[in-house]
Amino acid sequence: MAVMSYRQALHDTLRAEMLRDPDVFLMGEEIGRFEGSYKITAGLLDEFGPKRVRDTPIAEEGFTGAAVGAAMLGLRPVVEIMTINFSLLALDQIVNHAAKIYGMFGGQRSVPMVIRTPGGGGQQLAATHSQNVELFYAFTPGLKVVAPSSPADAKALLLASIRDNDPVLFLENLALYNTKGEVPDGDTAGEIGRAAVTREGTDITLVAYSRMAHVALQVAEKLAADEGISAEVVDLRSLRPLDRPTIIESVRKTSCAVVLEDDWLTYGIGAEVAASISDGAFDYLDAPVRRVAMAEVPLPYAKSLEVAALPSANDVVTAVHQTLDAVGRRSVGAH
Amino acid sequence: MATTNRRRPARSAKSSEELLGFYRQMLLVRRFEERTAQAYTEAKIGGYCHLNLGEEATVVGLMAAIEERDYLFTNYRDHGYALIRGMDPGRVMAELYGRQDGVSKGWGGSMHLFDTDVRQLGGYGIVGGQLPLAAGAALAVSYRDGDEVVMCQMGDGTTNIGAFHETLNMASLWDLPIVFVVVNNQLGMGTTVEVSSAEPELYKRASAYRMESARVDGNDVIAVRDAAKLAVERARKEQKPYLLETVSGRLKGHSVVDPAAYRSKDEIEAVRAQDPVAGLHDRLVGDGVAKVDELAEIDAEIGRIVKAAVEFADKSPAPEVSSLFDYTYASPVPNDSRRLPGEALFPTEPGNQPADPLFPVGA
Repeated sequence: MAVMSYRQALHDTLRAEMLRDPDVFLMGEEIGRFEGSYKITAGLLDEFGPKRVRDTPIAEEGFTGAAVGAAMLGLRPVVEIMTINFSLLALDQIVNHAAKIYGMFGGQRSVPMVIRTPGGGGQQLAATHSQNVELFYAFTPGLKVVAPSSPADAKALLLASIRDNDPVLFLENLALYNTKGEVPDGDTAGEIGRAAVTREGTDITLVAYSRMAHVALQVAEKLAADEGISAEVVDLRSLRPLDRPTIIESVRKTSCAVVLEDDWLTYGIGAEVAASISDGAFDYLDAPVRRVAMAEVPLPYAKSLEVAALPSANDVVTAVHQTLDAVGRRSVGAH
Repeated sequence: MATTNRRRPARSAKSSEELLGFYRQMLLVRRFEERTAQAYTEAKIGGYCHLNLGEEATVVGLMAAIEERDYLFTNYRDHGYALIRGMDPGRVMAELYGRQDGVSKGWGGSMHLFDTDVRQLGGYGIVGGQLPLAAGAALAVSYRDGDEVVMCQMGDGTTNIGAFHETLNMASLWDLPIVFVVVNNQLGMGTTVEVSSAEPELYKRASAYRMESARVDGNDVIAVRDAAKLAVERARKEQKPYLLETVSGRLKGHSVVDPAAYRSKDEIEAVRAQDPVAGLHDRLVGDGVAKVDELAEIDAEIGRIVKAAVEFADKSPAPEVSSLFDYTYASPVPNDSRRLPGEALFPTEPGNQPADPLFPVGA
């Protein structure tokens, strides 16, 4: 067990998988000589050479599709798309091809590939570079979508994604790269399709993924320390498949829930989580499920506007207070 | 850099037997497609259905240029390629019928014929979608130091889509063993090449990527075969991509349901005058390679094959509904949703039960 950053966990895992399996190779813009826009692939070109660390032209549709084709012949490409915003240029290859090839041809060839890409706002990158469009992929059968929030999960789920025989969209986050955590040694892969209860609690369930799973933990600690509120945190980890049973089990225990998401509210991941709670825990609910999401605007550049538009820990605390107040349960707290 | 190969004389036909073999294959495509159009009007076939009528010489010439070990990617006008590449005609027709024995098990239909055994890796319905995939397959061949070549067929309209340019650029940069074939039937649905392409001599587009290219008469099976062989051998031996443009005509509408009202009588007459099947028939008779009755006998034999294919398709069962969730994922995962429309996510929850126990249905 070593403490390392999310970035280091990704780097070390890519390297270990390339050493383990000669069919694993990397493709993407600026991943070789430039060592990756976020330095995940630092040093790998020198170690593995240009055949296995392939710098591509700025052609997301082209190189993502080429990875799909290479995967159809049994290689295991790991594509880096510089940010999830640019994945929109490859939407046809991801949604119409990677996601369809196994099913549309009756299971004759699978597409064992990974698309690594970071989402995330808050860096003053303005509207086209600050989106969280993982929903598009989570919406699409045939794809798997994972969104680890910790270095340990980043490792476990990247191992699982590379070894999986289906196309996996592996969602990273700009704000997570420098976060640190304990990472187990060895090469035990995680399980795609399983959420985790990252903090146990009894008063309310916070459901989140990626960066917001961190925010959820911070909020839960603060609520416990300041007010004696016991919040349980469910880290989705996998957006497709969605682990509904884990969410439902938690809500059946706490009877209320707030969903945290970095994407837009309407039609977002939180809407699906809330609908699932309604399906699976309707009789257990004491209050409506609240969602804390990004304001529904193209994210502005100006810091004052950007901060206002992005969901914050305070926004979550407010939503928790309002939810507990609605059922008269905040009085159980220490204040 | 770019060269043309127009109207190359058919001197390389080694024997009359070879020409007869090509005629037989072209006739298989012709009769199969005619029967397909009929089955479509009988509502045996659904969805979109695009025929290779008028492109028989192109299809057969191209398929004669690649070997068993090579890979083929095509667009949605793919029936002829499937037949000549070696897919069983009955299983191809069964796919069009949406049956269990179809080459894609009834999941793809007309536009998505796929048979891993003959290395024809689709059948793609999105214009340009197959190009990056084919380049990726060529990249995999190159990664493994293989000696296979990838052939990637497309229509003339595809040369204007972004994936065309992105893919040609990568193929040339990375020295991929791939032959791009633009089957120019002069119409993208109803839009002519001149209306859609600033450079209507499509093979010239390759020069922007320092790629060799040529244009060939798509109605001349030998010319197509020879030009394609040159391209394939270059790709195989030199690991260099190539762009071949074949020019032919479309005898019918874009798809089975298109009456092609946008074409003039003269235009249609001109295409018919160049009908590659009729042309080869007359050439075989004129050159004394075969007699009219011998060719009629071939036609009758093809008729029996097509009839058997239809009978096979008709008898093949529809896919079982229980197989609906069999092909979403190759690696099973927990919590994969397998609900039919209207089924509850949590059937045991109150309100989600199929019937209220207090007021049972029929009480």
